[in-house]
Amino acid sequence: MAKEAAIEYQTVVGLEIHVQLLTVSKMFCGCAVSFGASPNTRICPVCLGLPGSLPVLNRRAVELGLRTALALECRVHPHSQFHRKNYFYPDIPKGYQISQYEYADHAPLATDGHLDINVDGQKRRIRIRRVHLEEDTGRLVHSPDQHGGSLIDYNRSGVPLMEIVTQPDLRAPAEAREFLTALRRLLQFAEVSTGRMEEGTLRCDANVSLQRPGGPFGTRTEVKNMNSIRSVERALAFEVERQRAVLARGDSVAQETRHWDERREVTFGSRSKEEAQDYRYFPEPDLVPLVVDDNWLESVRAELPELPAARRDRFVAAYGLSAYDADLLTTAPSVAAFFERAVALFPQPKTVANWITGDVTGYLNDTGADLDQLGLSPERLASLLRLIEDGTISGRIAKEVLVETIREDRDPAAIVEARGLTQIRDEAALGDIVDKIVADHPGPAADVRAGKNAAMGFLMGQIMKATGGRANPETATRLLRRRLGV
Amino acid sequence: MPPSGALALRAAYLEKSLRPSDVVDAALDHIARHDRHLHAFLYVGADQARAEAAVWDERYARVGARETLPSLAGVPVAIKDNMCTRGVPTTCGSRILEGWRPPYDATVVTRLREAGAIIIGKTNLDEFAMGSSTEYSAFGPTRNPWDPSRVPGGSSGGSAAAVAAGFVPLALGSDTGGSVRLPAGFCGIVGLKPTYGRVSRYGLVAFASSLDQIGPLAGDVTDCALMLRAIAGKDPQDSTSADVPVPDYIAAIGEGAGGLRLGVPDEVVGPGVEPAVAEAVRHALDVFAAHGGQVERISLPTIEAALPAYYLIAPAEASSNLARYDGVQYGLRAPSEDLHEMYAETRRQGFGDEVKRRIMLGTYALSAGYYDAYYLKAQRVRTLVARDFEAAFRKVDVVVMPVAPTLPFAIGEKAEDPLQMYLSDIFTIPVNLAGLPGLAVPCGFARGLPIGMQLIGRPFDESTLFRAAYTYEQATPWHRRRPPVATA
Amino acid sequence: MSQVNDRATVEHMAHLARLAVSERDRERFAEQIARILEHCARLNALPLADVPPASHVIPITNVLRDDVATPSLDRDEVLAQAPAHQDGFFRVPRVLEGG
Ligand SMILES: [Mg+2]
Ligand SMILES: [Zn+2]
Repeated sequence: MAKEAAIEYQTVVGLEIHVQLLTVSKMFCGCAVSFGASPNTRICPVCLGLPGSLPVLNRRAVELGLRTALALECRVHPHSQFHRKNYFYPDIPKGYQISQYEYADHAPLATDGHLDINVDGQKRRIRIRRVHLEEDTGRLVHSPDQHGGSLIDYNRSGVPLMEIVTQPDLRAPAEAREFLTALRRLLQFAEVSTGRMEEGTLRCDANVSLQRPGGPFGTRTEVKNMNSIRSVERALAFEVERQRAVLARGDSVAQETRHWDERREVTFGSRSKEEAQDYRYFPEPDLVPLVVDDNWLESVRAELPELPAARRDRFVAAYGLSAYDADLLTTAPSVAAFFERAVALFPQPKTVANWITGDVTGYLNDTGADLDQLGLSPERLASLLRLIEDGTISGRIAKEVLVETIREDRDPAAIVEARGLTQIRDEAALGDIVDKIVADHPGPAADVRAGKNAAMGFLMGQIMKATGGRANPETATRLLRRRLGV
Repeated sequence: MPPSGALALRAAYLEKSLRPSDVVDAALDHIARHDRHLHAFLYVGADQARAEAAVWDERYARVGARETLPSLAGVPVAIKDNMCTRGVPTTCGSRILEGWRPPYDATVVTRLREAGAIIIGKTNLDEFAMGSSTEYSAFGPTRNPWDPSRVPGGSSGGSAAAVAAGFVPLALGSDTGGSVRLPAGFCGIVGLKPTYGRVSRYGLVAFASSLDQIGPLAGDVTDCALMLRAIAGKDPQDSTSADVPVPDYIAAIGEGAGGLRLGVPDEVVGPGVEPAVAEAVRHALDVFAAHGGQVERISLPTIEAALPAYYLIAPAEASSNLARYDGVQYGLRAPSEDLHEMYAETRRQGFGDEVKRRIMLGTYALSAGYYDAYYLKAQRVRTLVARDFEAAFRKVDVVVMPVAPTLPFAIGEKAEDPLQMYLSDIFTIPVNLAGLPGLAVPCGFARGLPIGMQLIGRPFDESTLFRAAYTYEQATPWHRRRPPVATA
Repeated sequence: MSQVNDRATVEHMAHLARLAVSERDRERFAEQIARILEHCARLNALPLADVPPASHVIPITNVLRDDVATPSLDRDEVLAQAPAHQDGFFRVPRVLEGG
């Protein structure tokens, strides 16, 4: 079987993503969508599936679905319909999930879109198979002890979900990561979802298979239970290697669902043997057909917020930023918005960009904090930059002030005031310090006079040290040169 | 003998010759004495009813000349036990829901309360409304007030018997394939299956969602119209309820049958129809003709296919609608350590044979590989049936058919033969498939048993049906006949 | 429609529907359902090829509600109906993850 192992298999990955839509109420009832509410306090006859209850579709959810379809450049179907997906599980209270199934002439909300991603400098177009709407399930909590039962909270039952399914166009775990990052960015800029995998507002299952060169797709496994974009990449990497090993042994890959174990960093097959599912889909008779005419679609298009790519291009064009900076500034809507507000207050785009992509982002990465959660507002950044510009503080001091502004949630000017960080420009005051430094360091002073300019740096350093960095560099240099007669 | 009709009761209340309490007390007493034998009710809320009656006594005592009270103020009504009543048991005639008290009211219940009706109790039915005789109730059959050895029809047999026996002037039933019209016909009263979408289904425990419709049962056409007016109209909680204005049926009712065109399908006056039934319907047409109606021959070629189509569509939807009875949230739960065994055992113990049959039949019709051959095919037939009626209504205003091919049959006669039982609905089912309004009115008697005639109209044109039926009613004595128990 | 006659089919349907069915009932149901399906087989005689299916006969579309939150039910009233509940949750026999 050694020959088998030698074969260069092609990794083939398709993603099925569930997105929780940013609505106030649930998909088919008025219960509030809220996280961390006490169990079973956001429930009504409809989302409990009580006998006699009936669903009524949430207009906003449909429009967020259409928004996404437009953002992914899908074909929106003028007629779509909801179906019942029938199966028994305690987290679905009706014994079926209301979803949009693609059957015969029944179209989902939208199909045939795409999203472009960047794979080491190369643009790759990932095709979107379909976008459809459905309802979320309840939440199951498994009691810790083996003999204890399972507990159900129906607060999540009926929360609006959008399912996005890609074609099997991804060729590596890294591409899946890139795609998810780009999709999340798109969803956030479109204001469709918070797109947080950690919070479950973005969920991803993956179909993975290995393909012989020129051969048909291999048998695929479906990998579930990945709770971050990183774990998707890791899980896929593991699964690809696992399948490669199976094939290398000359065995064949079993079509199955496998769960990612974050801790052990492995995927494992379901314990219970899987039966062939028969969901008995049929049109949901409690809902009427959904008809999306051009007027409706155009009004949704008109409300579509600026998407990441457009935002990026505009940043380059309007602010003269490098593509690299523009890209960094459009990783999240909060960052892009922060940048634009700051520039409005301090109209030097490059400077603002440098501070955000530099020190601010640095701080965010170190602390793992979120920009909109910080004590730093665009106003405060602007006033910090003004303090530098008018020479009140040096750039070096500013870096410290920035950190304190964030930590203490205080205005930079106030901090500078309180800490007495104002630069020393006064020639008399600074002159005395210069004299002292020259007197204390005759060696370097002599070197400078002898034309060894490197010593200049040393002496300046001493001056800064003596003034706690508050000496105005230009003034200090001028005085030093004059004092040394160079 | 106090007046029995809702309209008459209201008049008597207004002229203060009678108080709601008198009527409610009489009704409760009547039920206490006779429902042991008939078993029309699964639940009677005596205290609640008396309390509400007392409130209406007050309102009527103080009512001034100009003041108006709602249309059913102080009128006792019964509700089929598949409609949710907050805090009051709602069983659907099934063990699986025994003891369940819904946390909400069905829209029709809310509207009846707003109209001033006093809900006396919940009536018996075939389990989950699946049946034509009310024999399939987990809590025992209801008997026909005209002959206790016979069935009252179903599935709204409890409601029909309650009205025929004079327990209440009005009752609500639900009609998926004839469940209001058949018992109305078998019990000699008036019953309407409104146009699909005319009455909200919110709070009606679903059997077959695309066919279910709630309808009134009453002693005469006027009361039936009165009750429809109270419950009809768009409900934001039911996506399938239509936003079509609800006319003042009572105002339109007296306009007479002059100029109305009525059609009898050639297909229905053939073999399989009991002679007495065919004869009664033929007579009814003469009456219409004598009152300015024009009787025409029409054809409904695919009516034959309606029954088989229905027995694929209804069970299919039911198999899904009844999946929620799994012992998780409410009702019966069979104890088990294993979840799926808990499901299967709960459903084995909780459902009766007919429900199990239909769940399996429907599961089969929807299952992979059979969907196209059964469910989809049945839905195509549905289109044909609807087209048949559309064609007919280009020629006539009202289609006339028997309610059922036979007279009320004996208890036990068909219980073990599902297919025979299904055939009782052969004339009512097409109307559900087409979503049309169908009105059952008494049109004669044979061997002391009532015969029902069905008037079918255009979508949302219940008015014309009431008009025709009222004309007929005025010309015939049938609606005035009451079984002995009603006056006992 | 003999498919349904073989017990395997009835068994499968019963399983899909989560219905425990006794040996005796399985026979009975198989026979009864087969007869009903025989009756339904009449549909095969009809020319249905180009007839569109109707899941509804009402011409209603786009019934939508505004995205407004409305009050939920009282948890105690709901849980009072539950066969088993614990700490504000419904309780069921243990569910196997991924099972
Ligand atoms: Mg899904
Ligand atoms: Zn809800």
